[in-house]
Amino acid sequence: MAYRDEKLEEEKVFKDPVHRYVHVRDRVIWDLIATPEFQRLRRIKQLGTSYMTFHGAEHSRFNHSLGVYEIVRRIVSNFENRLNWKKEQRLLVLCAALLHDLGHGPYSHSFEKVFGLDHEEFTRKIILGNTGVNHVLRKVSASFPKKVAEVINKTYGDKLIVSIISSQIDADRMDYLQRDAYFTGVSYGHFDMERILRVMRPREDQVVIKESGMHAVEDYIMSRYQMYWQVYFHPVTRSAEVILTKILHRAKALYLSDYTFKLRPEHFISLFDGDITLDDYTRLDENITGFYFQSWLEEEDDILRDLCERFLNRRLFKYVEFNPLLHVKEMVELSKLFYEVGIDPEYYLIDDSSSDLPYDFYRPGEEEERLPIHLQLPNGKLKELSRQSDIVEAISGKKRTDHKLYFPQDILEALPDDSRQKQRIFEILFQ
Amino acid sequence: MLANHANLLQFFSSAEEVVGRKKLQKMIYILKKNGVPFGEKYEFHLFGPYSEELSLRVDELSNLGLLQETKEDKSSYIQYRYTMTEEGQQFLTHYDNHFPDYQEAVHLLKEKSSRFLELVSTMLYFEELQQEEVEEKVRTVKKKQNYTDEEMIQAWEFIDSMKKLRQ
Repeated sequence: MAYRDEKLEEEKVFKDPVHRYVHVRDRVIWDLIATPEFQRLRRIKQLGTSYMTFHGAEHSRFNHSLGVYEIVRRIVSNFENRLNWKKEQRLLVLCAALLHDLGHGPYSHSFEKVFGLDHEEFTRKIILGNTGVNHVLRKVSASFPKKVAEVINKTYGDKLIVSIISSQIDADRMDYLQRDAYFTGVSYGHFDMERILRVMRPREDQVVIKESGMHAVEDYIMSRYQMYWQVYFHPVTRSAEVILTKILHRAKALYLSDYTFKLRPEHFISLFDGDITLDDYTRLDENITGFYFQSWLEEEDDILRDLCERFLNRRLFKYVEFNPLLHVKEMVELSKLFYEVGIDPEYYLIDDSSSDLPYDFYRPGEEEERLPIHLQLPNGKLKELSRQSDIVEAISGKKRTDHKLYFPQDILEALPDDSRQKQRIFEILFQ
Repeated sequence: MLANHANLLQFFSSAEEVVGRKKLQKMIYILKKNGVPFGEKYEFHLFGPYSEELSLRVDELSNLGLLQETKEDKSSYIQYRYTMTEEGQQFLTHYDNHFPDYQEAVHLLKEKSSRFLELVSTMLYFEELQQEEVEEKVRTVKKKQNYTDEEMIQAWEFIDSMKKLRQ
C-alpha cells in the first residue's frame, strides 16, 4: 500500500479538553506528530504573555495544532460525497492543518517585531528544508511538501482547500477561539461549532455556509469580537509584552555595542546579527528564552536586569489611556522629562496601539480585500454575511481604536516629591 | 515613537488621494518591495499580498481624524477614498521623516488600476522564482482574473521602471 494511504492498525486518540478527542488514523499524520519540529510546539505557548493575566493560559501551539487538524478532519468527513469536493485532497488539507503553525517561535509577536522575523517564512522553511517534517512529507511524494507549504501560504491553486485552513471562518480560528476561551477561563469565545460544521458547504473556490446556519455564524463572529477585546488585547497582557519586547531590544543593543555578557547568549547571537539559520531558529523555544531571562538577572546592565526582573516576577508597567496622535507635544515633553530624571524613555515610556496586534476583526470584504463569509441562499446564490445579518453588520461597521501608554509607576513614584519633573510627569499622565 | 503611523501619513501626503482599499494595499506593498521601509506585515490573501496591520492602522488614522475616509456603495462592495486632513499635516510636522523620496513612484502607482497593481504585487510576491514560474504561478492563483500575456509584459516593464527609480 502507498505510504499516503497507510492506516494505523488501530486508531489513535488524544484526549482533548475542547474537542474531547483528536482522532488519528493516517500513518502520515502520526509520523508528522512524532517529528522534533512538531514536538517543539509543546514548548511554545499559544497565547504568549496572556498567562500573566489569565493564569490558565499556559496551553501550547502543539494543543492548538492538533485541534485545528481535528476540526479539518471533521469538515473533510462531512464533505465526502459532496459536489466540488475532491477526495484526493484529503491528506493535503489534513497535513496543512496540522503544520500550519510550525514556524512559530517563542513569543512570536515580540520576536518578529524586534528581529524582523516572519513565522510563515519559517513554516515554509521547515516544511521544505532538511527536517523530520520534510522527510515524512517527501515519503508521500516529491512534490507533496511544496503543496503543503502552498496551502499554508495561501498560494495553492485550489482556493477551496486554502479556505478550510485560512479564511474568515476557518478551522484555525474555530479552534483558537474555543481553546483560548477554555484555558483563559472566560465565558466568551464559545459558539456552536458542531452546527457550523454541519452547515458548511464546499463550493468551487471557497467554503460557504447554508443560510439556515447564519445564527451559529453570528455567534462565532460575536465570540471573536469579544475575545479580541477581553483576552487578546487585555492591557495587562500588553504590558507584559511591552516589557518582553524591550528586553529583546536591550539585549540586542548591548550585544551590538560590544557589551560583555556574563554568560554569552549563544542562542541569540545569530538573531542579534540578523543571520539566523533554520537550525538556530528551531532550537529556540520558551525554555531557552526563560533561561536567558533568568541569567540576565545577574547582568551589570541596570536596564536589562530590571526589565528581566519585571518580566519574571510580574512587576509590570502601569498604563493610562493616552492618545499620542493627538498629544504629540506632551509625548515629546514626557520623553524629555524622563531623560532629565535619568529614566530612558526608549525602554520605559512606550505607546501601544490596537493596530500593533495581529488579531483581526471580521471584514465584510470591502473592495474584495479579503474573502468574506458567504451565505448560500436556498436558490444557490451567495450573499455576504453582513448584508444578511444585522448583528454582524452592526459590529463590522464599528471601529474601535485603543491606545495606551506604558510606564514604570514604581520608579516614577520613587523620585523625590519636590522634583519639578516628577510633578509635571504625573500631571501629564494623569490629568 | 509612532513611526509607522507617521510613515503612512507621509505616503498619503505624497499621494494626495487614494481611491480604493485594494489599491492602497497594493501601492504600499509595491513600495515596500522597492525598498521603502514600511513596517506593515503582509501575507498572501485571495487578491494577492494583503496587510491586516495596514488596514487597522488606516482605520486608526481615520478614527483620529488624521485621514479623511469617504465611502461609496458600489452595490457589490463599498469603495473608499482617503485624503489627509489638516490635522494629519499638522501631526507630520512633529516628525523628522527619514524616508527616501518616493514621490515619483507614488505617482506612477496612482496612474495604474487596482487590477494591474494586483498583478504587479502578486508577481513581486513570487519574485524569488524564475520569470516563467512567476507567470505560471500568477495564472494558477489568479485564474479568475484571467490576465493576458500583454498585461504580464506590461507588469514586468512596470516592475523594471520601479526598480530604475530606486537606482
